[in-house]
Amino acid sequence: MTTRREFLVLAATSLAVPEAARAQLDPNLAANRKAAFQEALHGIVGDTQVRRGRVKLQLPPLIDNGNSVPFSVVVESPMTEADYVRAIHVLTEKNPLPDVVSVRLSPRAGRATLSTRVRLADTQTVTAIAQMSDGSFWSDSAEVVVTLSACLEEGLI
Amino acid sequence: MARAVVTMPAQAKRGEIVEIKTLAQHPMETGFRRTQTGELIPRDIIRRFTCTYNGVEVYRADLHPAIAANPLISFTTVASESGALTFQWTGDNSYTVTEIAPIRVE
Repeated sequence: MTTRREFLVLAATSLAVPEAARAQLDPNLAANRKAAFQEALHGIVGDTQVRRGRVKLQLPPLIDNGNSVPFSVVVESPMTEADYVRAIHVLTEKNPLPDVVSVRLSPRAGRATLSTRVRLADTQTVTAIAQMSDGSFWSDSAEVVVTLSACLEEGLI
Repeated sequence: MARAVVTMPAQAKRGEIVEIKTLAQHPMETGFRRTQTGELIPRDIIRRFTCTYNGVEVYRADLHPAIAANPLISFTTVASESGALTFQWTGDNSYTVTEIAPIRVE
């Protein structure tokens, strides 16, 4: 419940400092996020070609609450000393930061899997990239519809 | 305050792949949210999770603000020898939590 005093303080500060509002209405937001995604992708794979397949990203297609979305990545690999998955990276397209998680693996993992929970800011595509021990990159993407964004909720402090 | 839970089998056959589930209690404050008065709430997240098996690192995850609060990480490892698995979470504001789980391999 916002009291009258809190409301007045809030109204005064939001008129005086519209910086937060400007950040929200940045007309280049989409382009900036796309560039950030490409940069993050380049940082991981360099100039190597990323191929589709071998990676399976499981994510619910429709999400009510973007604050906590369970997902898992499974990579097809024998996980032997000769052929194993070195790393799994997960990236998002429209979150404020594209990186979600990066995992380093060794043959001792037994299976190349990762499962955790992500925050999603918007309806978007999530990409999982696996780096194999031979240096090749494989990927999978999943489209997600988010009805409630993770970034709308205000802090309560 | 800082707490973490690890769920895994206490014993396994040699060469068996065991599934490990870990959960750390942490708000994972993104650093993008603002208070009602418009001030930015500083970032406070877990940056890294590692699992070492008798001193050898078997799994490592670098976390970013996009990971939901109370990070749940589940993964697998091969039960190679009896001993202990050490789980460590480290993050902003010198957050460090260590959990040790013994395993008996037959």
